[in-house]
Amino acid sequence: MIVTKKKPIEELMAMLGDAKKIAIIGCGSCATACATGGEKEVAELKKYLESQGRTVVATAMSDYCCMNLTTKGKVKGFDAAGAEAVVCMACGDGTQVVAANVKAPTYPANNTMFLGEAVKFGLFEEACHLCGNCVLGETGGICPITRCAKSLVNGPCGGSKNGKCEVNPENDCAWIAIYKRLEQQGRLDNLSKTRADKGYEDVAYPRTINIRG
Amino acid sequence: MSLLEKALESGKFGVTAEMAPPKGYDFTKQLEDAQLLSGKVHGVNVTDMQSASLKASSLGLCIKLKQAGVEPILQVTGRDRSRMAIMADMLSAAAFGIDTMLALTGDHPVVGDCKQSKPVYDLDSVGILNMLSTMEVTDRDCGGNELDGSAPRFYKGAAVTPVYEPIQLQINKLRQKVDAGAKYIQTQGVFDMESLKRFLDLVDKANIKCHIMAGIIPLKAAGMAKYMNANVPGIAVPQDMIDRLEAAAAEGKEKGVKGLPMQLGIEMAAEFIAKIHDEKICDGVHIMAIGAEKNVPTILEKAGITIE
Ligand code: SF4
Ligand code: SF4
Repeated sequence: MIVTKKKPIEELMAMLGDAKKIAIIGCGSCATACATGGEKEVAELKKYLESQGRTVVATAMSDYCCMNLTTKGKVKGFDAAGAEAVVCMACGDGTQVVAANVKAPTYPANNTMFLGEAVKFGLFEEACHLCGNCVLGETGGICPITRCAKSLVNGPCGGSKNGKCEVNPENDCAWIAIYKRLEQQGRLDNLSKTRADKGYEDVAYPRTINIRG
Repeated sequence: MSLLEKALESGKFGVTAEMAPPKGYDFTKQLEDAQLLSGKVHGVNVTDMQSASLKASSLGLCIKLKQAGVEPILQVTGRDRSRMAIMADMLSAAAFGIDTMLALTGDHPVVGDCKQSKPVYDLDSVGILNMLSTMEVTDRDCGGNELDGSAPRFYKGAAVTPVYEPIQLQINKLRQKVDAGAKYIQTQGVFDMESLKRFLDLVDKANIKCHIMAGIIPLKAAGMAKYMNANVPGIAVPQDMIDRLEAAAAEGKEKGVKGLPMQLGIEMAAEFIAKIHDEKICDGVHIMAIGAEKNVPTILEKAGITIE
């Protein structure tokens, strides 16, 4: 999922400037799981804005803010309700969808951090850099592009100490983790192959995929 | 053909010394030290912002060395430059007659002194070697386009950390480096002959064919050894060496003489090198004096090593 973190409230207030009438939209998926844009957080923000003398003219929840079809209808009434500003409590993608569907300026309540895994409640770990050419099949299901701080594809640097990464000793060295996983699976021979250089053509952005033919 | 290539490929004991460019643009000290090294080593290996600490570029000092008649070895990391930038630098290097290089992945900017810098890592060490080898064979650039004229050829090297757990990971990567064109391999600083031999054994068993140059770091003080043990990955200075350095410091204090630990460090490095050479343990040594390059000739002299 897309992991988000709340922006400091002062930053949001500075973006809102002196807008009096505000609409808020939350997101029922990732942002709910991250406790950055679920129903609870929308209600809290509403209360806070009201305590600061603003009027919240509308609130809404979209099951997936990032889906145009789902979100369009949810924000439809915002302009008519007189919103001078819209706050989107989803990820950067959701916020862009909302911004494209309302006339009033839309502001992000969150910083969008990474695509990752909810390890347990409240703990998220970055897991995939969307590299466009997945190598997990060769690396025991552990992503070297993301879990290795240098995105090394051919094995480790010399920098790990006690199994930890030289860049951040709180993190396990991805390549040692890959080694252990492959060892368990009896697939260590995977490591002796040099992986073909996949280059970066596939990640030239912005990317579009159309499966409609 | 560089002196290093000639030496290693003809079965002679290879000797290189490492040198860092300044954090500035006055290369006087480096050039003076290089003159002292001239005729004593097969090449001066110039670091590419080691420890991700900002310095003048490796290419710049290599050009200066070349012009001063000292053979440079160009270190190239993937940290700051994309494949295009690396290839462009290599073509320029070749134009200045630089023909020996060392490919490294490079320390991450966050462990260095300019943490805001964007890490690039378009290619890792294996990728850099592969790119250059492909260029040499095809006379084409990194995008597959024809070069004007033929491609320059480099004598290519890489590094390895011999004290590593699980070591098989380093052996695997070493194989990839050699398959990608590395002919010589510098090790991280080693202090203990047994771990060096254990590593060389594994390389032999894995049937990897390359010239291995043992990394030698002359110790300057017990504190330096302890610091490296705690902070530098792959470095393990044995306790008895630290004890000897401490004893030397105490002796110096008592007698009021300075520099005893540094002298002992020189002796210990010389002994280690002599043993590697005399017992033919590996194909050469790479001395990383970390700023004390002027000591390298003394170390070699004490070790009884001369290059012809
Ligand atoms: S290799 Fe890693 S970054 Fe690429 S798609 Fe797979 S998980 Fe994502
Ligand atoms: S220590 Fe491991 S995870 Fe960290 S950069 Fe090196 S190889 Fe990657």
